[in-house]
Amino acid sequence: MFNFAEFLDLPLIWYGLIATAIFLYVLLDGFDLGVGILFPFAPTDSCRDRMMNSVAPFWDGNETWLVLGGGGLFAAFPLAYAIIMPALYMPVILMLLGLIFRGVAFEFRFKATGRSRRFWDYSFHFGSLVAAFTQGMILGAFVRGIKVQGRSYAGGAFDWLNAYSVMVGMALVFGYALLGATWLLMKTDGITHIWARKCAKYVLGYVAIFIGIVSISMPAMNAGVKALWFSTPNIFYLLPIPVFTAVMFVMNWRNLHKGREYSPFFLSIGIFLAGYLGLGISLFPWLVPFAVSFRQAAAAPESQSLLLVGTAVLLPVILGYVAYCYYVFRGKTSDETLY
Amino acid sequence: MISTFDPVLLARIQFAFTISFHIIFPAFTIGLASWLAVLEWRWLRTHNKVYEDIYRMWVKIFAVTFGMGVVSGVVMSFQFGTNWSVFADRAGNVLGPLLGYEVLTAFFLEASFLGVMLFGWNRVGRKMHFAATLIVAVGTLVSAFWILSANSWMQTPQGFRVGDNGLLYPTNWIKVIFNPSFPYRFFHMVIASYLTTAFVVGGIAAYYLRCNRHIKQARVMLGMAMIMAIFVTPIQVVLGDMHGLNTLKHQPAKISAIEGIWNTERGAALRLFGWPDQAEEKTKYAIEIPKLSSLILTHSLNGEVKGLKEWPRDDRPPAVWVFWSFRIMVGLGILMLFTGVSAVILFFRKQLFNKPWFQRWCMAMTPVGFAAVLVGWAVTEIGRQPYVVYGVVRTAKAASPVMGSQLALSLCAFIVTYVFIFGAGSYYIIRLIGKGPGDSEKTNSIDDLKTPPFFRNPASEEGGEHV
Repeated sequence: MFNFAEFLDLPLIWYGLIATAIFLYVLLDGFDLGVGILFPFAPTDSCRDRMMNSVAPFWDGNETWLVLGGGGLFAAFPLAYAIIMPALYMPVILMLLGLIFRGVAFEFRFKATGRSRRFWDYSFHFGSLVAAFTQGMILGAFVRGIKVQGRSYAGGAFDWLNAYSVMVGMALVFGYALLGATWLLMKTDGITHIWARKCAKYVLGYVAIFIGIVSISMPAMNAGVKALWFSTPNIFYLLPIPVFTAVMFVMNWRNLHKGREYSPFFLSIGIFLAGYLGLGISLFPWLVPFAVSFRQAAAAPESQSLLLVGTAVLLPVILGYVAYCYYVFRGKTSDETLY
Repeated sequence: MISTFDPVLLARIQFAFTISFHIIFPAFTIGLASWLAVLEWRWLRTHNKVYEDIYRMWVKIFAVTFGMGVVSGVVMSFQFGTNWSVFADRAGNVLGPLLGYEVLTAFFLEASFLGVMLFGWNRVGRKMHFAATLIVAVGTLVSAFWILSANSWMQTPQGFRVGDNGLLYPTNWIKVIFNPSFPYRFFHMVIASYLTTAFVVGGIAAYYLRCNRHIKQARVMLGMAMIMAIFVTPIQVVLGDMHGLNTLKHQPAKISAIEGIWNTERGAALRLFGWPDQAEEKTKYAIEIPKLSSLILTHSLNGEVKGLKEWPRDDRPPAVWVFWSFRIMVGLGILMLFTGVSAVILFFRKQLFNKPWFQRWCMAMTPVGFAAVLVGWAVTEIGRQPYVVYGVVRTAKAASPVMGSQLALSLCAFIVTYVFIFGAGSYYIIRLIGKGPGDSEKTNSIDDLKTPPFFRNPASEEGGEHV
């Protein structure tokens, strides 16, 4: 039995890895969920065809990051997995149902005609919307804290449902819509492109408002978070994060107006990165806020070691071939309608 | 009233429902992916357009099936936590890494190259496209490897210790991964998937032959399916027997339930049919063949076979489910064997493709693989009750602290969603089958997209050697 615990801080490494997997999920599935959120608002059916095609080769791989997030949490921090899932039972189930409806729409929509096609359009849209909204609610409930007794969840069935989680749910819907709109800027041209640019401009404003609300409410709700961010000298170390966020917004706004096609997507990723870092710093070292730290939830060192070997070898390989697949489908969706 | 639902029972029903629904798709796609790889390889080697036609038809069916498999599979990865959080906590140290490896070694591979396989026709060369198909096929097998290792460990756990806190800790990974029942279960399942696919393909080929359509393609399809039925069904029978003996060694109570034997006896009779009664502790209305059970299980006429009464009442699996699931599975296996034997005879009489009764028979056999997979899993999963980790963690003590009403609600939501999605998926697959392989006219579907996708493609404009 090999065990790296003697010379590696395994729980910390896994905390970082799971956080990275979840972040990659948010970015990657974020843009294809975002495309689904914007879907019914597109000007024409042929725009919708192109939108769908711009993400069709990728959605399945993107969703795999969610499975890695869930499976990785189970593997590396089984206690956290065993507490969080029952605590967020209903939003998790709703998210899964949403993902089912949008996932099958990719295949079914193109095989359907007429009214049933319209049905799968809405299945794709509402599935994406519900998945994004429930993910936001999960985040909102998560940062408010989870009641724990012993080794299991001790709260009620509806602890996750409150005005705050609804607000974060809406915030994430707009966030994903921003990723989706800027993705479409890269992948489309013609009227779809023009429309996506208009969307991106509006959505960027809403995202700014929501990020502002979350940034203010986090320290306002939680004394620990307030102490972390607003004490000296922490405030000087942490100041770059809000400054970075603001710079990303301004640059994104300018680039959207200058007609740039690629940079808005990556600047939007920058916004997500800043928000995620801010959240991560606020919640560290909690894995089940404010009850179980990542050290308490860690799996046996033997288990974390075994999976670390595989991850160290396979994650670069995975990132390599995922990049290859994006490269294969580079370029814009065509201008002509091929039907 | 709603609060009186038994959460454990509801959690079990929900898990049984979602996993049964899910397994239908992998059981088909594992076999289909391998077969598509063979087809594309034949096409590359022979340049025979028939293989291409068949490939292009089935890859669409593969895409629909795979999509449904993915979305129902994502649900599974969360169910351990939502429904079985105590189990997840206790067994996480051992099972977590196995599932983690499944994601890392298989899921990403399948999901990423599926895109190339479906949409990459004009974006990558033919060899690269073949490589993508091959990678997806290998991915499905690797995925089966890990998930069956995890399941087998729950059936025949070893290489772990129980900590003071009740958690299980791994002590030897090789023993965990290659636990005693794993090799049998793995090969039994992979071959079951191949047979499932073979009988679907054979049934649909027979349908085309009956309708006098797509004759060239249908002959190749039926021929390939029958090769599987002829050569692989016997292997499956032998593997099943070996798996049974392995179960006898490690989970004897399951075998007792399968056999419907209550009292330990020498020279035990085989109960062909009957009704095992859990309360009265006997198998009623049994039709028996003397000594056969001992002969099959111990390979000796007077070998001792343990009865269910060897175990305390609350350690026994519900015999009637196990008993009948097993008989249905074996019955379906016999039908498959019969199909193979008939195919051999017809082949040598040069009548394989033109006997109407055989075509009708093959059409009727289309769903048997799925049915056999489902009842086979019922045997092994119900047969290991009342444990979730055999002999270590009881199912009744593994459930989440979630209220019965929540479980009942989500169960209803899953049933409604799955029935609807499954109905729609089946409908579209049937339409694809109706369209058939070959030069069907272009319709308003993604299929045309797959050939000339909505992308500007510099690569294919330069190269252009592949069309």
